[in-house]
Amino acid sequence: MKKTFKLEDLDCANCAAKMEAAINKLDGVRKATVSFMTQKLTIEADDDRFDEVVKAAVKCIARVEPDCRVILK
Amino acid sequence: MTTKQKRTLGRIAAAALLCLAAALLPARGVWRPLLFAAAYLTVGYDVLYSAARNILHGQVFDEKFLMSVATLGALALREYPEAAAVMLFYQIGEWFQGIAVGRSRRSIAALMDIAPETAVVLREGRELEVSPDEVEVGEILVVRPGERIALDGVVLEGSSSVDTAALTGESLPADKAEGDRVVSGTINLTGLLKIRAESVYEDSTVARILELVENSQQKKAKVESFITRFARWYTPCVVGGALLLALIPPLLFSQSWSVWIERALIFLVVSCPCALVVSVPLSFFGGIGGASREGILIKGANDLEALAGVDTVVFDKTGTLTRGSFAVDAVHPGRIGAEELLDIAAAAESGSRHPVAESIVAAHGGDIDRSRVGEVTELAGMGLRAVVDGQLFYVGNAALMRKVGADYHDCHLPGTIIHISREAEYLGHIVVNDQLKPDAAQAVAALKALGVKRTVMLSGDMPRVAEAAAAQLGIDEVHAGLLPAQKVERVEEMLKSGAKLAFVGDGINDAPVLTRADVGIAMGAMGSDAAIESADVVLMDDKPSRLPLALRLARRTMRIVRENIAFALGVKAVILLLGALGVANMWFAVFGDVGVLILAVLNAMRCLRKIS
Repeated sequence: MKKTFKLEDLDCANCAAKMEAAINKLDGVRKATVSFMTQKLTIEADDDRFDEVVKAAVKCIARVEPDCRVILK
Repeated sequence: MTTKQKRTLGRIAAAALLCLAAALLPARGVWRPLLFAAAYLTVGYDVLYSAARNILHGQVFDEKFLMSVATLGALALREYPEAAAVMLFYQIGEWFQGIAVGRSRRSIAALMDIAPETAVVLREGRELEVSPDEVEVGEILVVRPGERIALDGVVLEGSSSVDTAALTGESLPADKAEGDRVVSGTINLTGLLKIRAESVYEDSTVARILELVENSQQKKAKVESFITRFARWYTPCVVGGALLLALIPPLLFSQSWSVWIERALIFLVVSCPCALVVSVPLSFFGGIGGASREGILIKGANDLEALAGVDTVVFDKTGTLTRGSFAVDAVHPGRIGAEELLDIAAAAESGSRHPVAESIVAAHGGDIDRSRVGEVTELAGMGLRAVVDGQLFYVGNAALMRKVGADYHDCHLPGTIIHISREAEYLGHIVVNDQLKPDAAQAVAALKALGVKRTVMLSGDMPRVAEAAAAQLGIDEVHAGLLPAQKVERVEEMLKSGAKLAFVGDGINDAPVLTRADVGIAMGAMGSDAAIESADVVLMDDKPSRLPLALRLARRTMRIVRENIAFALGVKAVILLLGALGVANMWFAVFGDVGVLILAVLNAMRCLRKIS
């Protein structure tokens, strides 16, 4: 499954790159991109673990930039 | 500006005033440091706070942390103005970056402002305004002049001209009448149109374009991945260098601690690779956004990078360089006048829907009195047998002439030859050709002027026809008489010999070649899903002259990217060197961080500009 989430207050491009690297290292993630330009997070992960992966990704983001929020729909 | 940005701006102004006061007022004793410290805290408290918090999260090489160490170090060395200034400029840089990125994001969004907000549908005889994604296939849309067409469809009623500029970059409106296809995102200009929706919004042209540009950010160019990798190493290395600089000279060579710590702090200030990490993706985003305004959709930064490096352009002939519609090139009569010959042929062909027949009728121009035409029989694979004005004529190819025993001769001109005989008496022939697009020759010349080394034409047509077209266009190489699979083989051969190859096709039956080439470019893709799927670059209209423009846009973007990389790395390297030698001070370092960032972002914004 592939899903895109909007990010709010993603302020620094280097942080976006760090988030991307961290999320890509998560178990179950096939491919993740954090775009500073479009302020979007795209996660491609195994269907059965998707929610779990998203939760872990949100944690990764909070660790790199605590002000940045993921809009979960 | 967001509220957060406004607040930051306020703090920057307050801190700047405090710094000014500290510098100008005759403050003595503890007052001067206190004023600077106040400025420092006003502008930097959040940086210090997040630095502390990030340390707890294990983010050591965080730029906020490094800035905090650098400025606190400066305070410890009693360099109050420097500490306050570094923090102040750092915040100005961050603020500016936010504004610049926000603005370019918005201007790209404005380019992409082609999405229809609402659609008016006819339901049970009444007009209803709904969101485009609520419209179902087959429903009737009512589009008034000035409104955007919400969904792809076919005109049922009315005629109008339609502005396609937002999608194709073509400023001349297109005339649309009953039975014509119209595309979502274009604007109805003059008359009321009733349109039957042919797709749901999600599958409409406009939705696909928007998705494509948004997703282009996910396909990263090689240079982008390089920058990300580089950034991961750069900061730790510079910080390591700072540590060595602070420790080794004082410990081993008993130099002064404060001098070398100050030099180390300079390292920390320039340790953020932000200028690169921001400006490179921003350039690609701008380049792709700017191209989309010209009706050139580039699917990813990697495709833009590949396009910029192309040295061989391979064209499909029919539908790409030619219109795919026939016209009469020459009339060569034997025994009778040219007009008479054309008149007979046109009368005989007047009932046919074949493109060649239509071109002959179109060349005749005048009214054809259908009562002159008697019985017409189609002879499969050869032509027609037709009674015109009571006489029997044969109109068709050489095989037909042989069959009826007419003494025909071939033509010296390339093209499709239509022979005409009265019974077995040869009357002459008409030469019909697929017409070259008016801007095709100019496009080939422009590509050569841009330094494209090799232009190649692939065609399924007869060699003579293809060679003539290539000669007229100035194309270097022709491979004709090819089946679709052989086109793939030819392209693979060229790729093997090291060509950086772009293939340009109409996307209808050349999907395998499009995917095989380094850059697959589909042309005239408005409304053609298959082309959008398989190509890397999609030209919305079918003009070959968009091609050199696409190449120039791609190259400009790459040039700007390279400029930024060279500039940012160069300045940082110089400052690191001068800092280590004690020539550069804190002020240099602030420029190396913030100044470089601002200049790189401004340079990246040039990618958005139009090419004249």
